[in-house]
Formats: sequence, structure tokens, C-alpha cells
Amino acid sequence: MGDIASLILKRLGLGLITLLIISIIIFFMVELLPGDIAQAVLGQGATEENLAALREQMGLNDPAILRYFQWLGGALTGDFGESVVTGERVSAVISDRFVNTLFLAAYAAVIAVPFAITLGVIVALLRNTLFDRVANVLTLTSISSPEFFLGYILILYLAVKAQMFPAIASLSGDLSLGELLNRTFLPALTLVLVVTAHMMRMTRAAIINLLASPYIEMARLKGTPPWKVIVRHALPNAWAPIINVVALNLAYLITGVVLVEVVFVYPGIGQSLVDAVSKRDFPVVQACCLIFAATFILLNLAADVGAILTNPRLRHPK
Amino acid sequence: MTDTSAIAPGLKKQVLLEIKDLKIEGYTGETWVPIIKGVDLTLHRGEVMGLIGESGAGKSTIGAAAMGYARDGTRIVEGSSIEFDGIELTTSTEADKRALRGSRIAYVAQSAAASFNPAHKLIDQHTEAPLQYRIQKRVEAQEDAIQLYERLRLPNPEEIGFRYPHQVSGGQLQRAMTAMAMSCRPDLIIFDEPTTALDVTTQIEVLAAIRDIVDQFNTAAIYITHDLAVVAQMADTIKVLLKGEEVEEAPTEEMLKSPKEDYTKSLWAVRSFERPQKERPKNATPLISVQNVDASYTGGAKVLDDVSFDIHEGMTVAVVGESGSGKSTTARVITGLLPPSNGQVLFKGEPLPPKYTDRTKDQLRQAQMIYQMADTALNPKVRISEIIGRPAQFYSGLKGTALKSRVDELLDLIELEPSKYYDRFPPELSGGQKQRIGIARALAAEPSFIICDEVTSALDQLVAEGILKLLDRLQKELNLAYMFITHDLATVRAIADEVVVMQHGKVVEQGPKTEMFTPPHHPYTDLLLSSVPEMDPNWLTTLLEERGVDNVGESANV
Repeated sequence: MGDIASLILKRLGLGLITLLIISIIIFFMVELLPGDIAQAVLGQGATEENLAALREQMGLNDPAILRYFQWLGGALTGDFGESVVTGERVSAVISDRFVNTLFLAAYAAVIAVPFAITLGVIVALLRNTLFDRVANVLTLTSISSPEFFLGYILILYLAVKAQMFPAIASLSGDLSLGELLNRTFLPALTLVLVVTAHMMRMTRAAIINLLASPYIEMARLKGTPPWKVIVRHALPNAWAPIINVVALNLAYLITGVVLVEVVFVYPGIGQSLVDAVSKRDFPVVQACCLIFAATFILLNLAADVGAILTNPRLRHPK
Repeated sequence: MTDTSAIAPGLKKQVLLEIKDLKIEGYTGETWVPIIKGVDLTLHRGEVMGLIGESGAGKSTIGAAAMGYARDGTRIVEGSSIEFDGIELTTSTEADKRALRGSRIAYVAQSAAASFNPAHKLIDQHTEAPLQYRIQKRVEAQEDAIQLYERLRLPNPEEIGFRYPHQVSGGQLQRAMTAMAMSCRPDLIIFDEPTTALDVTTQIEVLAAIRDIVDQFNTAAIYITHDLAVVAQMADTIKVLLKGEEVEEAPTEEMLKSPKEDYTKSLWAVRSFERPQKERPKNATPLISVQNVDASYTGGAKVLDDVSFDIHEGMTVAVVGESGSGKSTTARVITGLLPPSNGQVLFKGEPLPPKYTDRTKDQLRQAQMIYQMADTALNPKVRISEIIGRPAQFYSGLKGTALKSRVDELLDLIELEPSKYYDRFPPELSGGQKQRIGIARALAAEPSFIICDEVTSALDQLVAEGILKLLDRLQKELNLAYMFITHDLATVRAIADEVVVMQHGKVVEQGPKTEMFTPPHHPYTDLLLSSVPEMDPNWLTTLLEERGVDNVGESANV
């Protein structure tokens, strides 16, 4: 097991380096955005003196590199500075919303991952049958339709016509868990529809890929029933690619949900990112981007570790 | 568990499996092509039948069909009959056939390493069938497995089952697979080339174990192999197959003594090729001289330890040893793919740079390689003309018509008609033809020295013979030196001038072939030589008596 621990540490170190590089890119990309932040904050009517004073106050006259390190130092301690629009602490603005986003992502993932993998196993078992084709067509349709379109369709049928779920996922302070799940069901379902196809098709492909292996033929010649051949003999060896795709989709659930949030008026981090970009609220933009990057890196790390842990050769060295 | 050996002798002649007019078709190129063209087979209880033939003869297909199983892309043609103990398998439902598999008919695959599921412990795979058929409870099944491991003389029978396949050696895996086949005490076991992938020394222990256990339980078996000497040890009767048709069938002794058909006779005679042995020229500088080479793969233990030998111009040096003895690593050091950690390689007395990237084009062209698996060594998407043409272009700078005529010349050399093969792709060729293309590619660089890494071990005996003859002719015409890596001592006997025996990364013995094949030998050489199966059906019995059953294979004292 010592090998695995050192491997994880190595990956974690690489992840941190990646994150550092990304932070540099984020900071200087925001820096490159055209226009003057002071001007944007104060509006057209501001006088030269006011602008100069604000620039001085915000430290905009310092060299970029100095400001980068100041920002990075703050970010390391969880301090992303103040919003230039509202003057609130960025961390305070973002943290609530990030929790909301995580909640929605977890809600969707808890449904989507088991559903997609089970469906993938079933279509692998019933490969080239009508069921396989129908499942393929439906999941592909859902992945190729835009999310906002799917969202509106669901609102139309499940909220407006059937009136089963609320169309707007607004959150207020003290909702019971049941109420919360009910309110956020439609956005979660939209996300489930978006991510299922990818994971299901990967599960199917990874399993079918293994069906020509000698040990699968051996299992068949031992009289193992077909479902057991798939579940017991093929699936344990197919985890590595499946886990990778699951991780990518989980990352997408956190970082790619802006449209869904807008459609359902859900107070997630994606919305605040869009708002911040349009208002040139650069500390918020930088913080959001950094959080997204960290999410991707962490989930990929988890996928790597998961793939290692499912490989008996690495779990049980000679 | 019933003791089947208690069955009265009269019952032994009861028919267990009767195959009549078996026809199987395979799907290739959008049409169904016959693979098996009407084979009959009758197997009695407790009888062992050897199926023998070249690859493509349909041996494995018949073996699978005996379980009512048609591999993906094949189908059993209507009108065939496979009757197992009164049950007609061709008309049974899938569920009925599945109920027989594992419980009454079991299968032992060619490569145990690939046929054990890497994700599960051996014993869990072993107990799968007994649990499936509710013959035993898990604990009972595990105890039974341990007993079987003991009977098959696996080391640490108590513990070995709880390992994963990658933690167990090839020979042990093959025995564990035989134990697994025995788990439900089947009436019939299909052995599909169970020892082909093993070293000769390991092969013996597996053969002895299989024969023992089949005897003990009076199990009937179909033993599929292409190795005559092996089948002679195992089978009561032998059936010879050629291209999906039966050639002849007879009891083992009779078949070995007086084969009737010409094809069978040609199989028997195939190891007859031998070329005269050459002597080292006196006082000449060796073409290649490997001097005190140590080597290891990144961070690993030493794979080569103080390896030294010379190869002279126009001569063939055979390097023999079991897998893992460092034969191929030595080849990698010579070609510069793996720089040695110590020692050097001389070419005509001049040291070669250790890394191939530091060698000049002229140094690179001198040493070429031919690989074991011609299938994977040739790019399937590249035309033959380009495969052979590229080294000719790279080393000799040939272009246009000069290049084309050079490729034609090379194809002529390897006895393939240029106009027919020039524009074809590797997958369209047979195994032997692909290996010839591999040879032509090596020749295209105009080398003085070729490393042949197990070039004939993936080929059928007749085809292998053709390749050996071709290599011999080329050596005479072009004065080539060969380093011939092999584990097959029959090949060594046929073509070598000198022999280098390797074990655990060291050279244990070397010298001219005649000396190596006459005693006294180094004990390891002796073990290798005596482990090669002979045609005599009593060979294994005699050998086991001489050495003792516990002193074969990995456990042999050297």
C-alpha cells in the first residue's frame, strides 16, 4: 500500500503545480481584458481625479506581478479580496453559492452515476437488441439537445402541464430537505439527462471491449450465465475508463451548469460568474475560475486514484 | 464427491461423446466459409484423445464444439450431431448447454495467464462453478480446491488459491486451471494447447500433473496440441486433422510406429532438417563480441550479469534458455535499445556506442532484427512494398525505379513473387509469409548480422522448417551471421553452429553445437535437454521415474 500512498502524493503535488500555473493564467487573462476597471466601477461621469484616486486605492498602479503575488497570497488563506461592485468579501459572496452548486451537482450525480452505469451494463448485456438501440438513441438525443432546451421542455411538461414540480428553483433560508429536493428536482433532472449518455456509452464500450478476452470465454465455458459474465467478469476489469468518464462528468456538473442555473433561476456559482464578468468584477471572476480549476484537478486526481484502486496488479503487488 | 475409479472396467468402454459429420462455418469477408468439413469423433469414458494438426486445422474449433459452443463469428451447420452422454447438443437450448459446461464438460485454455480473470482470486474463480451448480458450499468448495492444488503438486496449496493470477507463475497457473476444470469432477475435459505457452522445463510438470489427475478421476479428455511428442505422452488415441478434415485416427503406439497417410508421415519427418556445422575461423576478429555486459531495466534488479560471447562472420549462434533468462535483453543491448550498465559490445573489434541514438547509420544497418510475432511486427496498414522499401530508402538512399527493383530483388530472395505481393497488405498474408516479409525487411538494410528472436516459435512445424531453410540459404548467399534466440532445442539442433545457454541472466555454458549436445553437460543444460519431449510414448513416464515426480520443472534441483 505504501506504493499507492506515494503515488497519490505525487499526483497531488502535480495537481498543485497545475493549479499554480492555472492561477497565473487566470490572473493575467483577466488583466488582459480591455477597458479600465476604475472607469467601469465609477461609470461614465467620473472625473479624472476620482479615477486616479480609485486606481491608487485598488492598487492598480502597482506592477502586475506584485499584484499577482498579493492576490495569490490572499487566495491561499481563503481571502479573495473584495468585490469591486458591492464591496463585500468575495469569499462571503461565493461560498454560499458554491455550496448551492455542490448541492445541485451532488443531487444530479447521485441519480445519474448509478443510473448511467446500470444502464450501461444492461445495454452491454442486451447489445445489438432493440433495447440497446432505443437506449442509445434516447441518451444521444438528450446529450445533443442544448441544456436550456431540455430545461424548458421539462418545465413545460412537468411544471406547467403536470404541475408536479416547481418551475423555479429559488432557495430561501430554512427549507426542509424534502422541500429542497422537490424544488431542485427539475434542474437536477436536466443535468442527469445531459451527463447520462456519456457515462452509459463508456460503460457499454468498456465492457464490450473486454468480451473478446480469453477469460470471458473461459467464464462462458464454465457455464456462467450471461449477466454474471458481464457483472462479475467484465465490469471489474472495465472500471478504469468508466471512472475517468464519471470524473469528467462530475466536474462538468459543477463547472458547466450556468445555463441550467439561469433557466431555473438557481442561485449557483455559475450565475455569479456570469454576473461578475458582465460587471467586470474581477476578484469574483478570478475566484470562480480558480475554484473551477481546483474542482477539475481534484476530480481527475480522484479518478486516477480510483482507477489504481480497481487494478488488482497495483493493489496486490507480487 | 464420487470416486469414479471404482467404476467397473466394463463400463470404461461406454461412449461418452459422439460427434458425427460435424461441419462448422466461419464468417469472413461477408460470407460463410467452411472451417470444419465433416469430422466424426467417438470418445469413450476415461479415454484421452489427442487432436493434432497445424494451426487452421480446426482443432480448437472442434474442442469448443464438443461443449456445444461456437466461438464468436462461427456457427455449427445444421445436420451436424454432437451427442454428449445421450444429450444432443446441437438442438439443446442455450440454458441446457450452459448447465453442462463447467459441471460435466470442462475446458482448459491455452494461456492460463490470459484465461484467469485478473480481478479475482484464483480460488474464487475455482469455486465459481461448484457454487453456481450448488454442488458444494463455499467453504467445502474451497477445501476441495486446496486438495486439488495439493494433488497437482502446487507449492503452498493452502495459500496459493488466495492469490491473484498475476502473483502466480505461468506453469502454476496452468495447473491451477486444470484444478479449476476438475472442480465439479467433469466427465470430459477439453485441453486446448495447455502447455504451448510454457518453457520445456515447466511443461513437464504440467504434463505430469494433467496426466496424473486425469488418471486418478478416470476423466475423459480431448487433448489439443500441435506438438507430436507431447500428444504421444498424453493420449490413448490420436486423430490427425488437416484444414478441417480428418486425415487419420489410430491408437497412439500404432500412429507413431506406422502412420498410414502421407501427410501424417510428413508431420513425423518434419524435424529432419539439419545443416552441416561450421567451425570458427582461426585468429579472426569476431563480428560481434559481447563483453562482460551487465544490464537492468530502470530501477530494477540486474537482468544480465556478466554476459560475454562472440559471434563470427557467417555463423549461427543459438542463445537458449527459459523465458526470463535474459535472451531478448541481450539482443536489446546489442542493438542499442538498452544501454548496458557495465561492459561493452564490439563490432569487428570496434566498440559500438551503447545507445542506438549515438550510432552512425552504418553501425545501425549492421545489426537487424526479426521478431517472434510477425503479426504485430508488421504495420497492418502499410503495403509490403513500403515495409521493405523504407529501410532500403533509409540506409541506402534508393529512390524511384532503383528502389522498386531493390524491393523486387528482396521479394525474390525470400521466395515470394514480386508482382503478386508488391502491393498487398500484411493481413492478407499467412503467418509464414509474414515472417518472410520480416526477413526481407531485415535484409533491406544490407546487414552483416541478424538477430532472430524466436522467429519460428509462433509457426507450424512445416512452415517453420521452410523459414529455417530460407535463413540457411540466405546465410550462404550473403555471408550473414545470426544470433538465434530460441527455447526450442530442436531448432538449435537444426541450424546452430555454436550454442550459448543462459539462466537467470548469466551464461552457464557455451561452445560448438556438437560439444553442447554430447555429455557431460552443465546440470542446467542437462535439465533443458532432457526436458524436451520425445516421440516415445513412455518418455514422460521414464523421465519421471528417473527424476522423481517432485523434482521436475520449477522445483528441479540444478
